[in-house]
Amino acid sequence: MTAKYRPGDRVRIRIDTPAGHFRTPTYIQGKVGVVETVHGAFRNPESLAHDGDGLPKLSLYLVRFDQADIWDQYEAAVRDKLLIDIYEHWLEPA
Amino acid sequence: MDEHEPHAPAGKEHELTYYEQRVEAIQALLIEKGMLAADEVRQAVEDMDARSPAVGAKVIARAWLDPAFKKRLLTDAKAAIAELGIDVDSWSTLVAVENTEAIHNVIVCTLCSCYPRPLLGLPPDWYKSLNYRARVVKEPRTVLKEFGLELESGIDIRVYDSTADMRYLVIPARPAGTQDRSEEELAKLVTRDSMIGVTRARAPEGTTT
Repeated sequence: MTAKYRPGDRVRIRIDTPAGHFRTPTYIQGKVGVVETVHGAFRNPESLAHDGDGLPKLSLYLVRFDQADIWDQYEAAVRDKLLIDIYEHWLEPA
Repeated sequence: MDEHEPHAPAGKEHELTYYEQRVEAIQALLIEKGMLAADEVRQAVEDMDARSPAVGAKVIARAWLDPAFKKRLLTDAKAAIAELGIDVDSWSTLVAVENTEAIHNVIVCTLCSCYPRPLLGLPPDWYKSLNYRARVVKEPRTVLKEFGLELESGIDIRVYDSTADMRYLVIPARPAGTQDRSEEELAKLVTRDSMIGVTRARAPEGTTT
């Protein structure tokens, strides 16, 4: 499958609380970051957790954020980063 | 092997919690129906307990000694580790990240306790605690300070939240004064916590940090 986003693309994490299991923490929802790495295609944990087959596979990305963009009043005036793995259906262009 | 849920202890010396009772009941049922043998369960627990950070330390020591190996480790960690004769077939995808003079990496799983178990063994209790998971993403400098690691403001922290199929391993910086050390000696300087990123590798004896 073809990944929709490439390294360097700016993406926003969707805000959502789907029923059942999902692996996109709320603290990162709504935040804007940059694609660091395209990991490849992996089975969908939201399906696997409920006895599904996890198909079709989804592209999985490592997305990089500036800590200052995530937290109000981040503890240091530095370029600290947070990197997190996010499945493609949680991303939208930013 | 699902790594997302904590496993109930095999011992029954305390009153079982709700989830432990549930696990016990499911296990008993699986054994009763012949889908699982008690010895298989015991062996799986034994295998898990046998894993230790020594495996990870060996990988790191090799990376310190062999720049080409380190490069391969950073590009495709599982393939590089397989070169050492370690069976990686059953492992999740592994990503190695390198600590340098400018960047310090630290690993967490905010959702549960994802952890590179084949390399580090079972995660320590603090790694699974709500306290660590909630705070290290939000105030990593404060949390690292509590672990005894105070980072200069010139060093950028990169927190990796392993929410999915990837497991992360920190390659700590090689301590100064170790030019003449053998791979075995170097491996002794690589601790579990240094591969999670909450501390640095040990300084060799006879030197100061």
